[in-house]
Amino acid sequence: MAHDTLYAHPEAPAPEPGARRAGALWRALFTRWDTWVVIVLAVVVVGAGASVDGFAGPRNTQFLLMDIVAIALIALPMTLIVITGEIDLSVASTLGLCSAVMGQLWVAGLPLELIVVLVVVLGAVLGVVNGVFVTKFGLPSLAVTIGTLAAYRGLSFVVLGDQAVADFPRQWTDAASSTIGGSPVPWSVLIAVVLAVAFAVVLHWTPFGRSLYAMGNNAEAATFAGVSVNRAKFWLFVASGAVAGLAGVYWTLRYASARADNGSGLELAVVAAVLLGGVSIFGGRGTLLGVLAGVLLLGSLRNALQLADVPADTLNVVTGALLITSVVVPNVVGMARSWLRQRRHQRG
Amino acid sequence: MAGDDAVPLLAVRDVTKSFGAVAAVAGVSFALHGGEAHALVGENGAGKSTIVKMLAGVHRPDSGAIEMDGAPLVLGSPADARAAGIAIIYQEPTLFPDLSVAENIFMGRQPLGRLRRIDKAAMKAEAEELFGRLGVHLDPDRPARGLSIADQQLVEIAKALSVDARVLVMDEPTAALSGVEVERLFAVARTLCAQGAAVLFISHRFDEVFSLCERITVMRDGRWVSTDPTADLTVDQVVRRMVGRDVSALFPKEEVEPGEVVLDVRGLTRHGVFSDVTFSVRRGEIVALAGLVGAGRSEVVRAIFGIDRLDEGEVHVDGERLPAGSPAAAMNAGLALVPEDRRQQGLVMELSIERNATLTRLGALARVGLLSGRAERRAAREWTKRLQVKYGLLADAVGTLSGGNQQKVVLAKWLATEPKVLIVDEPTRGIDVGTKAEVHRLMSRLAGQGMAVVMVSSELPEVLGMADRVLVMHEGRVTAELSRAEANEETVMFAATGQNGTAA
Amino acid sequence: MKTSEKHAGAQRADRSDVDGQRPDRRTGLGRRILVARELGIVVALLLLVAVTTVTNPAFLSAQSIRDVLLGASILVILAVGQTVVIVSRNIDLSVGAVLGLVAFATGKLFGAAPGTPILVAVLVGIALGAACGVVNGVLVAAARVPALVITLGTLYVFRGIDHSWAKGEQINAADMPSGFLRLGTSTLLGIPLLAVIALAVVLLVGAYLQSYRSGRELYAIGSEPNAARLSGIPVGRRVFIAFVVSGGMAGLAGVLYAARFGTLDATVGTGIELQVVAAAVVGGVAIFGGSGSVYGAAVGAVLLTTIGSSLAVLRINPFWQQAVVGGLILAAIGLERLLAARAANRLRGRTSHGA
Repeated sequence: MAHDTLYAHPEAPAPEPGARRAGALWRALFTRWDTWVVIVLAVVVVGAGASVDGFAGPRNTQFLLMDIVAIALIALPMTLIVITGEIDLSVASTLGLCSAVMGQLWVAGLPLELIVVLVVVLGAVLGVVNGVFVTKFGLPSLAVTIGTLAAYRGLSFVVLGDQAVADFPRQWTDAASSTIGGSPVPWSVLIAVVLAVAFAVVLHWTPFGRSLYAMGNNAEAATFAGVSVNRAKFWLFVASGAVAGLAGVYWTLRYASARADNGSGLELAVVAAVLLGGVSIFGGRGTLLGVLAGVLLLGSLRNALQLADVPADTLNVVTGALLITSVVVPNVVGMARSWLRQRRHQRG
Repeated sequence: MAGDDAVPLLAVRDVTKSFGAVAAVAGVSFALHGGEAHALVGENGAGKSTIVKMLAGVHRPDSGAIEMDGAPLVLGSPADARAAGIAIIYQEPTLFPDLSVAENIFMGRQPLGRLRRIDKAAMKAEAEELFGRLGVHLDPDRPARGLSIADQQLVEIAKALSVDARVLVMDEPTAALSGVEVERLFAVARTLCAQGAAVLFISHRFDEVFSLCERITVMRDGRWVSTDPTADLTVDQVVRRMVGRDVSALFPKEEVEPGEVVLDVRGLTRHGVFSDVTFSVRRGEIVALAGLVGAGRSEVVRAIFGIDRLDEGEVHVDGERLPAGSPAAAMNAGLALVPEDRRQQGLVMELSIERNATLTRLGALARVGLLSGRAERRAAREWTKRLQVKYGLLADAVGTLSGGNQQKVVLAKWLATEPKVLIVDEPTRGIDVGTKAEVHRLMSRLAGQGMAVVMVSSELPEVLGMADRVLVMHEGRVTAELSRAEANEETVMFAATGQNGTAA
Repeated sequence: MKTSEKHAGAQRADRSDVDGQRPDRRTGLGRRILVARELGIVVALLLLVAVTTVTNPAFLSAQSIRDVLLGASILVILAVGQTVVIVSRNIDLSVGAVLGLVAFATGKLFGAAPGTPILVAVLVGIALGAACGVVNGVLVAAARVPALVITLGTLYVFRGIDHSWAKGEQINAADMPSGFLRLGTSTLLGIPLLAVIALAVVLLVGAYLQSYRSGRELYAIGSEPNAARLSGIPVGRRVFIAFVVSGGMAGLAGVLYAARFGTLDATVGTGIELQVVAAAVVGGVAIFGGSGSVYGAAVGAVLLTTIGSSLAVLRINPFWQQAVVGGLILAAIGLERLLAARAANRLRGRTSHGA
């Protein structure tokens, strides 16, 4: 060892006792929120497949997956942002504005390939605006993105009014819902999976990802450890905007219609899915796997209930209740646990 | 003055309080008598603040009891403490920045007029009357935001005064106050005593303790050590009881021949905080920044490391100028900063020991930009082992460790970056005596191997024992630079209190 | 982005900037900022009215003013409730859903019992809204979960309940007694009754927040929650009450909505929570609590409504309105930050010369 003269104890570090570690790992696995989300997801899928007619069919699987792609995409950068302790409520409006601009550019006669690139860049620029307000001016992201939520949605109406652009070429709109080979899995899911893997690698296996957890728990301590807190947050807002732009492209083609109100209210579904997936609203905790499970859980549940003839608008009760449960339960459990510990301590 | 056999106004009986596995207070008892000021002294981390929080109704004792007038007193919330007539002046003022000074004083007890409306005129008049008694001029209508710490402390004192407290607890209230302000505070405390109230005074300043208090209780490592009348004690005795051993044996600094200059600080200025701070540190040297709390020492080292921005001045490491305002650049240049506030700045308490230990060099541990859990674990295990951190699992949250072991994790994460210059701000605050000695030995050995060490410390024995050179700061300026031979308690305190105008 | 790093924990840094200083003995610096904030919005409102009137003098006609006041009343009431919640460092996003639910319930009530006295209907509406507020308050105060998340959830839940109750049904003016509908159109001394009610609400809640202990404690909680706890303020109970008040206000607004518009379905009030938050923030209520007044929020609501009618008069695409609302939110929080930073800098600068 190179520094063994430096400090008091030069002998090699002893490994931690293996048995204890394995036990702790199991315990850790089952005290983790995202493990339970995956389990609940499995129960819901199996249960719905068995009891709801048509849920397990290939056609329904295809539609279920296509319906959640946009939420899944936007949830990826949102996960990272919430882990740093911030939030981006402007994503659905970004999606809408990108969709509206896409429609206008198509009407103006630009080639669709170029439009797609421009729209994603536009999304990134809208993200830059959020990032500048939050990191340069030091404003709370909640207030900033409520502001841009209104502003971007307003602008999309300014751009497109209440009309719709629907004459996109067939081959493009078909592509948005075509499936891989003979499977019920749409191509768009593949894009979401590739992006999900990329975001997962960044979050869980890079120094950047590690620093996000640190700043989410304690931004000051992260700064003292040399982490560039504001730079990281800035780029996350940019990524969030760009991905929302991409989701706008997908949404427009999937429904073959560019409208100013596309994706209205989607930010709530995204935040609900992210929190349901075990990301702490206070920042510093959560995994991408949990969030993807959360997205799937929310999507399957809504889909199954819809098939069971529950009206779409009523489903909001389920979404809202799940969101509340996902934040209240861990808090109440935590409070009960520390209360019990206190009690035990006082008796012991 | 009440005799020992009288029923005490307030008694703490055999109280115990643990946080996780760490016992903050274990079996502490003492009694406060009406008309008497009682000092509670001990090193940082001795458990004094936990006692204060029990009296404040913030923490409930795990076992033991608090009694008032001989009857058990259950303090389940701050409201209970207030109802019992216990007023607390905290070390850190707890004001509402958006509200007016008068409202801060009377929150929850505002004088009421017709229809139970708050009588603002009466409130203002009462606040002015309180400030009159304190002999200060503060506008009761101005918001608390923007008040200096000293003025905030005055508002706290006015608050305590306004409730006609039966028990006044002061947790190091004088740290930010000037001599005149301290005298005023003591006059208030004596008046309250004369009216039959009991005062519990917590301070590190022995001159104040000995001049104000009739009785002194010493705590060490969460345990009660002694309670005696002040008249029977000397400062030396108290210090020895606090530390638990002879002070001189504590600080083993090796003699080192200093090498070339590594850190060169020129004309550092941040308006209103510090100005024109210039010094340099050589390889193998330990340079201490001494001074009173609030003299700007922590602010200087934070600015050197790039946390705070600078208005003027330059920092050079090995002759290269550091870009301002970038901790990452400072780290690359070979600086490391062990910050003052371990819980807020040094560690991410919720994250695991492993994550904390490797946070400073994730880039170095990554391969092709990717981290493997194994490399991180190995690095964390190696460095925690070297510093003899005692822990259960590397995956445990760092917040479950004792203060001393937490500090070792902070040191580990910085030493792992193999810095040329180690800056430590209050390196032994709030850690037990044994670990303290270990930290001192470690710093000495690091200097012996050629590291340059800058140490900010408020503990004079530590400064005198460890430092090759002592820079003393007063109100944002370096007022003296003392060699090891020149530095003693008197010369340092003289410069620290600004009584020595010219630099030595 | 290098310079941006100094903003890490910007609020904390600024506060310590200020704390380290000698006292500012000049009186009322902060108060002047506060005054400037509410004055600023009044000036903006007057400017907007002036510009619009120059273009079209009819904008200042009695009828047109009545229209603006009528249009603003419901938003004002909601903004008052929202302010009570926001000063305590919370937020209530469920107000739109509560308004919708109560409006529909009012229609149903009159359908089931056409003879219901108007006052009873109003009280039932307020009670229903307050009950929704109780749900929010319990979840926020007892489970200690951020209000943003809770009220986002209850926004879904209340709206969903509304939908499953309505099942696509629409209630029309014909289903409600004409006496009740007159509530929405009649005037008192030439002023719309709705505006009078809104004004009464503003004055009542304004007096509560300014001059009653529990009202001041809400500001204390929003200003520094830890200090509030240490000084014995029952934080949970106060926050709970704030949500009940906000819910009750949304209930009142729901009843008045039913009276004014007469046509009710499950989508009533969708998205209005954004305008409500915007009105409060534009009116100088700090989004992280501790400062601001219902008067500012009320003027903010009037300003937002006026923008809507000005755009029409100025022949600007009405779709701009929402974009302007968003811009105003950003401008308001940006301005607040700028003022705070300048005040801090001034203190810092003065010290450096004075020391």
